[in-house]
Amino acid sequence: MGRQATRVTVNGKSYARVVDARLTLADFLRHELNLTGTHLGCEHGVCGACTVLVDGRSARACLMFAVQANGCEVTTVEGLAPEGQLSVLQQAFIDNHGLQCGFCTPGMLMTLTEFLRDTPNPSEDEVREALTGNLCRCTGYAGIVAAALDAAQKLRAGAAKPGAS
Amino acid sequence: MGARHFGARVTRLEDPALVAGHGRFVDDVKLPGLLHACFVRSPHAHAKLRGCDARTALAMAGVHAVLTADDLPEPMRATPLPLLLPNPALTVARTQTALARDEVCYVGQAIAVVIADTRYIAEDAAAAVIVNYDVLPAIADCRAAAEEGGPSAHSDLKSNIASTFTLTYGDVDAALESADYVFHEALWQHRGGGMAIETRAVLAHHDPVSDLLTVWSGTQTPHIGRRMLADLIGRDLESIRMIAPDVGGGFGPKAIFYPEEAVIPAAALKVGRPVKWVEDRREHFLCATQERDQYWDVGIAVDKEGKILGIRGRMVHDTGAYVPWGIVMPYIAATTVPGPYVVPSYQLETVVVLTNKVPTTPVRGAGRPQAVFCMERLLDRVAHELKIDRAEVRHRNLIQPEQMPYEVGLIFRDGKPLVYDSGDYPRGHHQALMVAEYDDFRERQKAALAQGRFVGIGVANYVEGTGLGPFEGVTVRVLPSGKVAVATGATSQGQGTRTTLTQIVAEQIGCRIEDVVMTIGDTAAISQGVGAFASRQAVNAGSSAHVAGVAVRKQLLALAARALGVIDADIDLEDGVATSRRGNKPSISFGDLARLAQGIPGVSLPVGQSAGIEHTAYYTPTQAAYCSGTHVAEVQVDAMTGGVKILRYTVAHDSGRVINPLIVDGQVQGGVAHGIGNALLEWMQYDDNAQPLTTSFADYMLPMATDVPTCAIAHVETVNPLNPLGVKGAGEGGTIPAPAAIVAAIEDALTPFGVHFAETPLTPERIVATLRSAGAYDRLFAG
Amino acid sequence: MKPAPFEYHAPRQLKDAAELLARLPNAKVLAGGQSLVPMMNFRYVIVDNLIDLGRVDELRGVAVVNGALRIGAMTRQRDLEFSTDVAKHCPLIAEALRHVGHRQTRNRGTIGGSLAHADPAAELPAVCTAYEATVHALSVRGIRQIPFREFYTGFMTTALTADEMIAAIDVPVWRLGHGHGFHEFARRYGDFAIAGAAVLLDVGADNVVRRAALTLFGVAPTPVRVEAAEARLVGKPLDAAALRAAAAAAWLVEPISDIHAGGDYRRHLAQVLSARALNDAARRAGVEA
Repeated sequence: MGRQATRVTVNGKSYARVVDARLTLADFLRHELNLTGTHLGCEHGVCGACTVLVDGRSARACLMFAVQANGCEVTTVEGLAPEGQLSVLQQAFIDNHGLQCGFCTPGMLMTLTEFLRDTPNPSEDEVREALTGNLCRCTGYAGIVAAALDAAQKLRAGAAKPGAS
Repeated sequence: MGARHFGARVTRLEDPALVAGHGRFVDDVKLPGLLHACFVRSPHAHAKLRGCDARTALAMAGVHAVLTADDLPEPMRATPLPLLLPNPALTVARTQTALARDEVCYVGQAIAVVIADTRYIAEDAAAAVIVNYDVLPAIADCRAAAEEGGPSAHSDLKSNIASTFTLTYGDVDAALESADYVFHEALWQHRGGGMAIETRAVLAHHDPVSDLLTVWSGTQTPHIGRRMLADLIGRDLESIRMIAPDVGGGFGPKAIFYPEEAVIPAAALKVGRPVKWVEDRREHFLCATQERDQYWDVGIAVDKEGKILGIRGRMVHDTGAYVPWGIVMPYIAATTVPGPYVVPSYQLETVVVLTNKVPTTPVRGAGRPQAVFCMERLLDRVAHELKIDRAEVRHRNLIQPEQMPYEVGLIFRDGKPLVYDSGDYPRGHHQALMVAEYDDFRERQKAALAQGRFVGIGVANYVEGTGLGPFEGVTVRVLPSGKVAVATGATSQGQGTRTTLTQIVAEQIGCRIEDVVMTIGDTAAISQGVGAFASRQAVNAGSSAHVAGVAVRKQLLALAARALGVIDADIDLEDGVATSRRGNKPSISFGDLARLAQGIPGVSLPVGQSAGIEHTAYYTPTQAAYCSGTHVAEVQVDAMTGGVKILRYTVAHDSGRVINPLIVDGQVQGGVAHGIGNALLEWMQYDDNAQPLTTSFADYMLPMATDVPTCAIAHVETVNPLNPLGVKGAGEGGTIPAPAAIVAAIEDALTPFGVHFAETPLTPERIVATLRSAGAYDRLFAG
Repeated sequence: MKPAPFEYHAPRQLKDAAELLARLPNAKVLAGGQSLVPMMNFRYVIVDNLIDLGRVDELRGVAVVNGALRIGAMTRQRDLEFSTDVAKHCPLIAEALRHVGHRQTRNRGTIGGSLAHADPAAELPAVCTAYEATVHALSVRGIRQIPFREFYTGFMTTALTADEMIAAIDVPVWRLGHGHGFHEFARRYGDFAIAGAAVLLDVGADNVVRRAALTLFGVAPTPVRVEAAEARLVGKPLDAAALRAAAAAAWLVEPISDIHAGGDYRRHLAQVLSARALNDAARRAGVEA
């Protein structure tokens, strides 16, 4: 009952699998593909810890099924930079104490990757508004906002792109 | 020699892996043959259990077992979870059994567990388990529960009162009688849950070859967990290893030992395969512990100058259906009221009441926010009635630095007299006011009012007992590779334990930061441990890291001196190399020293040399370390909608010597965010049948990035004289006075309407209702 | 929180989607998933057959057709947010979208999904009520046009039959130069509104109101037009007193009470937000009141 084929490109690599129709995209990434960087914090679409990019747009992976992602290109936190390297945004998180426990961090990074791509010169208020779909209980957001503004400035100054899109 | 690592804003060692998505949380751990668990939980707040039918569930494809209480090993089958913090004042010391047997006392209490191929299937099967209940009346409101004649939270108990205790010193009756003024306040305070973004999780694996039971748990206290599990499952301590890997936030609720941490290992033993349980968010709302309601009735006696003569009151505390951590939380609340102020006499009666809700245990702040709210609302009342500026009335009552160490007159939760070891409360108070530009505020307020905007300012002070015992250990060992292995019972849920301890060790022994290899949160790495709560790790583990580092330094110097033919004082240790100051400055690496320290098989070591280069220290504090702070909140209130915006937030924070300012600032900022949530948003609601009503993040509101401004943080460092580092704890200070400062600011903003607030969370609806009662809208709608 | 099992269908043609919805037992269409999937994960909703409309191209797009904006049901909220047609012809929709959820939910969420989900506090149903949009309901029997005032029959209940889906919405365009106003009060950014007001005002050069629409949302079980308020405006000169009188009529709407807010507070907000939205609409219509 309910097994279906799906082919999803994740971080540039194509995966063909037969899965339960009800397997969420988040669980597909975490357990089928062993990409455990995408986290589950609520499974009802509020906390944003599961945020990935689907065809370049941020989406909650807990609210999609793997079979829906058939033919789509998905980017996860593991795809933001080549192995062993960090994107400008990821480095900015380290430099600005933008994480504490790290559980919400991949979702934050994916949301901000899309945001900075679309809004290269944001104000602090715009950054905060962009982050409302991602909850953090540890940091009080200050470090995350500082990291986003820092990365935006560095990217404008001509550093590498803010990660895969 | 100046400090190189200690006190430096070292970027965190934890971060590179975490930002790359390479964290290792419990659900990231994969084992061959893994099965998944889902609990069958009570939908009733109070019911007798009349049997369970799992036949349909067991027949489903992919289901391996359905376990109830009788399927569990002794003693956990019928013996309740151990009471970790006994107290003679606790008259009903009730904890739950791992799986419920005869009676369930809160919605969500676990009755059975399904073990299946996937969590998806386990949930299908759990829904198919039929449990027969005799539903009993449930009691939800703790005030009603404290009265006689109502429903009992437990069917065999006539009274719902779990404990009553009174803390007192001085002659408070005389103070109230003779005072120039006595003011009363009735306060309702609600705090919600820790609400870490990672829910709880337990993975258990039994290796039949070694008979080792390994348990990964998202816990703040793996050593305590191992001990509790050993007792419940009937195994030797040494046959159990508990690991807290990366944990996505703790905040208190993950410090306690949960039934699931006993049931999942039992299930793994029973089915002979690894079993994992990952709590979902709905379960977390139902069964993860939280704080909840307290009702305070208090009076303050002051003289004409607003100087405090005494405080007397009564507090009713909702402790939920069981007391896994005894009465720690209300006790802390009761002892925290005096705070940084001279309070010559004091009496607080506390009544701890059972209700049919999930147990109440400490959440970041652990009862102190409530105590501070009480004290600060009383002082604001004094200021209002006596027409003294709010900051001024506080200034008049603050304990002065020359009064340190200051004996309050109570026994604190650490079992010792409440004696503030150090602190300069006036300095912090004034620093915060200065940074917040408090003196200019009335002008800002007037200008805003002219534009039709209502802005207000609030001040709150606190003292926090941190660094609680009994101990936390650190082992430092230099390896032949030159790496420095460090092990500790301390854990991390985001507070940067690895980084701060590395800084301390590297500082002492002269190795490079990157050469430290640390194991935290693993009972196999160090024999004894306690874990993270009560802002204790910087003090305890930090001090142990320092002591062990000092000892290892001595060993390195002695070995190097011997190897290089000089005296200890002629050796410098830097970047993992020992260098002589004499001659052509020969050197030897730490790795080579470690090799030397192993000696030669069959040959005695030179006199005075010890085996290897290592030391284990268990620092045991004599008492709590008292840190303090002042918060100033500036808010804007939309009087028409009741909406509140925080414009500006200032913190002056004293947590003693600061190991890593980056991390301490992060803790303060994060704590303030939590405090904003408590002040304005977070409310775990139940109906009259103790049914939880807020069971998702859509209903229970956490602060977002648009709700929390970046704080201005000023550091005041008063050195703690009681530990070798002079540090104090930093994890909770941001949370503690925030609701008090924010509610005071809201009240100040609405001064034109003469309204008064005495509750948290203070919702827009409440603000509007209060304004309406004060006739505000007759004015506002006309204009 | 995993959903119960279901069969998944991904038709590419609209007629195939309609046929599946008619034939399959306990079937639901999947639009953006931002409302339906949480309910499936909670198991508040059990679906045996999920018909994903994500590949039906005919259901996407924005076009101007006969003085109305025709919006395909599967048009993502994010695409509406950046549509120049929407900004030009239906600025109230553009304004409302700024309050709809968060970026991630707007990337996937659709207008059809929001309208079908029928949350009384949602913004898109409210603006469609203000505009008196027409819903094109599709089934194997063909297309049925449902005027928006008939579309909601009760709390989170639409007039759609079990085998109907929303195919498109026609939003009549108001005269160029009309004023619009939108205010809501939510506890946090992007949350569902506790209460909100959406206003459209068409004011003549003589300052007399030709047309007015005041919709309250979050207050009653469905979005509701406050006809008493509109009556106090239409045919009369637009001034401060008229605006106040219209806002006061918001008091007449019977409010709901739930864990987020009580009825009294909602009623109060209805009046406050109506006043603010009316003032904005008047200002945008070029009237200094």
